[in-house]
Amino acid sequence: MSPSVRLQEMIRVIRSARTQGEERGLIQKECAAIRAQFRQSDNGARTHNLAKLLYVHMLGYPAHFGQMECVRLIASPRYSEKRIGYLGAMMLLDEKQDASLLITNSIKNDLSHSSQHVQSLALCTLACMGSAEMCRDLAPEIERLLGASDSYIKKKAILCAVHIVRKIPELGELYTPLACSLLSEKNHGVLHSAVVLITELCERNPDTLRQFRKTVPELVHIMKGLIMSGYSPEHNVAGISDPFLQVRILRLLRILGRCNDAASDAMNDLLAQVATNTDSSKTAGSAVLYETVLTVMDIRSESGLRVLAVNILGRFLLNNDRNIRYISMTSLQKIVQTDHTAVQRHRGTIVDCLKDQDASVKRRALELSLALVSATNIRTMMKELLVFLSTCPPELRAHTASGIFIAAERYAPSQRWHIDTILHVLITAGGDVRDETVPNLIKLITTASELHCYTVLKLYRALITDISQQSLVQVACWCIGEYGDLLLKGECDDIEPMQLTEDDVLDALETVLQSHMSSPASRAFALTATMKLSTRITNNVDRIRSIVSIYGSCIDVELQQRAVEYNALFKKYDHMRAAVLERMPVIDKSSPGDTLGDLTGEVTKDSSLSKPVPGGSTLPLEPASQAFDLLDLLGQTDTVPEASHAESAAAPDPAGPSTGRDLLDLLGGLETTVVPSVTVYEKGGVSLKLQCDSQTETAVTLTFTACNSTQNDITKFTLQAAVPKSIQLQMKAPSGSVLPAGGHSAITQTVVLSNPSKTNLKMRVRLSYSNQGMVCQDTVQIDSFPSPAWT
Amino acid sequence: MMRFLLLFSRQGKLRLQKWFLPLPEREKKKIIRDMVAMVLARKPRTCNFLHWRDLKIVYKRYASLYFCCGLEEQDNELLALEVLHRYVELLDKYFGNVCELDIIFNFEKAYFILDEFLMGGEIQETSKLSISKSIEASDMLQETMEEYMSKPAF
Repeated sequence: MSPSVRLQEMIRVIRSARTQGEERGLIQKECAAIRAQFRQSDNGARTHNLAKLLYVHMLGYPAHFGQMECVRLIASPRYSEKRIGYLGAMMLLDEKQDASLLITNSIKNDLSHSSQHVQSLALCTLACMGSAEMCRDLAPEIERLLGASDSYIKKKAILCAVHIVRKIPELGELYTPLACSLLSEKNHGVLHSAVVLITELCERNPDTLRQFRKTVPELVHIMKGLIMSGYSPEHNVAGISDPFLQVRILRLLRILGRCNDAASDAMNDLLAQVATNTDSSKTAGSAVLYETVLTVMDIRSESGLRVLAVNILGRFLLNNDRNIRYISMTSLQKIVQTDHTAVQRHRGTIVDCLKDQDASVKRRALELSLALVSATNIRTMMKELLVFLSTCPPELRAHTASGIFIAAERYAPSQRWHIDTILHVLITAGGDVRDETVPNLIKLITTASELHCYTVLKLYRALITDISQQSLVQVACWCIGEYGDLLLKGECDDIEPMQLTEDDVLDALETVLQSHMSSPASRAFALTATMKLSTRITNNVDRIRSIVSIYGSCIDVELQQRAVEYNALFKKYDHMRAAVLERMPVIDKSSPGDTLGDLTGEVTKDSSLSKPVPGGSTLPLEPASQAFDLLDLLGQTDTVPEASHAESAAAPDPAGPSTGRDLLDLLGGLETTVVPSVTVYEKGGVSLKLQCDSQTETAVTLTFTACNSTQNDITKFTLQAAVPKSIQLQMKAPSGSVLPAGGHSAITQTVVLSNPSKTNLKMRVRLSYSNQGMVCQDTVQIDSFPSPAWT
Repeated sequence: MMRFLLLFSRQGKLRLQKWFLPLPEREKKKIIRDMVAMVLARKPRTCNFLHWRDLKIVYKRYASLYFCCGLEEQDNELLALEVLHRYVELLDKYFGNVCELDIIFNFEKAYFILDEFLMGGEIQETSKLSISKSIEASDMLQETMEEYMSKPAF
């Protein structure tokens, strides 16, 4: 009777269940039966029961009650029970379970078993789920097996050693002496495992790496043997002799030859031979060639060899097999920085791959294309990229858009081309561009003063065609507001003129204001633009007045605030209106309060591209902390506002500070480099000030400054701090512990707070000092922190 | 090294799972769900490589079964395709024209074969013949033991 008949019966029954509920019922019944059977002492069906339990486990049901049964079966003398027991251990026990330790002894005994199959079971289980303690216990056993056994056990013992080294790197020293000698084995299985072991040892320990460099000639010899040998039926795969071993050896050679001229020289010939002789019509050959290329590019190879490698990758690009095209693009991506010219030769093929059906290939082609853009090919590449943008899958659009912007920023041949490109992107994919695009584009437009007319005409045309792309709408509204007079004049050299009346322009803006597709930010832009037009047009000022007063009762608080303020501008401050609404100055690239994040977030290759994005000191939308800086300068507040991270520019800000900012901004942008410092404690002449040095998303650096304005010296001044549990605190050494009288010098102490879970920062600080012999102690709670000078 | 090897059907039912790194049960379930969703969503003539978290995922469809493995950064994807193919060849040799039902009803044997081919995420034997021989030998050992046990002691 075959042992698994009952198992198969159960499987058949479960599979015939028609609903999930029925299946669950069946499984529960089976599990109950199995549990009952486990409780009984030895019966002949133990293997069947565990096998059934393992099947149930694979379906996703809990099976932890089988763990002890696994332990018992492993300890049994019967091979069939051991086999299933070890399988169960690998599936149900992992190093996190306590029961796993119980099998250590069984494994130890089985490692010295007379039957090699039992030994192999033990080795396999150890390599699969051996915890660090188990590995430590059994490491000497493995060492013994490495030395004196036949190849069947030896190869398994070597892989076990690999696992042990991964778990406990220090034990690598135990296996290093044996590893060298293993390379002289003839058996491919042992050889393969030996190469894996040496690779693992070298990766973890640079001294071992140096030691193993002397094996390079031996490895080269083995590889040569593999390539030159005739057909060997046992190891042949599609004409390549043992590609698995070849790839592993090449990988080891890569590690050994890295940063070492002597080793690299020794393998040059071999790599050239492999590269030229390997037949790449099937996957096996391509795999070997791929590994060769990776090795050549990584070691200190001579230039001829590198050219050969890049050519192989170029050949791969033309291959019909999509996998190989994908692989070659991944590799080209890695070397595009170092071997730029070589990769440029294949630009045409790469750009063609943008049109491939496969999303993975498209993604790779996009990355590579963006990396290959240069001053000479910018126009052609941009054409291709823009075509790609209109047809690419939605998940790639944001990345494409930002890549195009960066490329345009770097290599734009003319400002008009630059503006055209950005407009094209906004029209095609305006919904996927990042928030900084709007201020960036506005800044670009203001700097291109001779193109104002052209730009505003183009934007107007785009606006009346389609008002669904919010970034485009925002830029268009801003430009129409700024350059409305040029728009109405209608004449421009580079673009066909349009005859527009003031009503047309105001209609366009009103459409934006009233459309349900417009976001609150766009409507705010449109309202401000309408207001600005009041000084640029002559006839329809009343219409503007009425629009503005309608919005004075708008539900959106932001719009309402603006409308009310603009109304006030009409009524009370009419004399100031022209001055307030006149043309904006050209936005300076290096204005302070600059960072709203930078565009190079995704394309990380060129960090030099990160340009200071204007914090929008002349734009109506900006984070509240900017307001704090300005307000502080005007002395309007001495309370500590909350530390706020830079909000998305599109979010409407609370009404109060925003209009104040508007007016302050229009009055010319106040520059501030004052670092806000807050006094958190002041008593008995001792004061403690807090200043925020730097702030990132998850870490804040603060400096405490203590000052003494009494007549006496204060000694033994110390600070202790406590923070909520989720925040980590690190206090650096204070500058001293004595505060001389009269405030001549101060003690400073830096504190670093790490806040990975971004909870609210709170801190309790206890000061203690000695004043005229009296020990004083005081505690102060800090709930809100000043923001740093820049945000 | 290979981090895991999964076999699942076109309906997303798991037929075999081998983990070469210890993970909590929840994490395993999540990975299985993610893999099944990702691989089943792939169109027919696309490439066999995916990127997921920090791993490279290589999958291949054989009849009604998807073979899916997760590799680390330095592993060779094309070679992984060969590894999957080799495993299928071994199953084929053992079961004779293997189909999904064979693997469903004899899953423990599929595991035994896998354990002769891969260990600790690495290949342990590159010769098909050698592996087939050792599996036959272990089966033989199991059978003789069975025969011995089912014959009562005298």
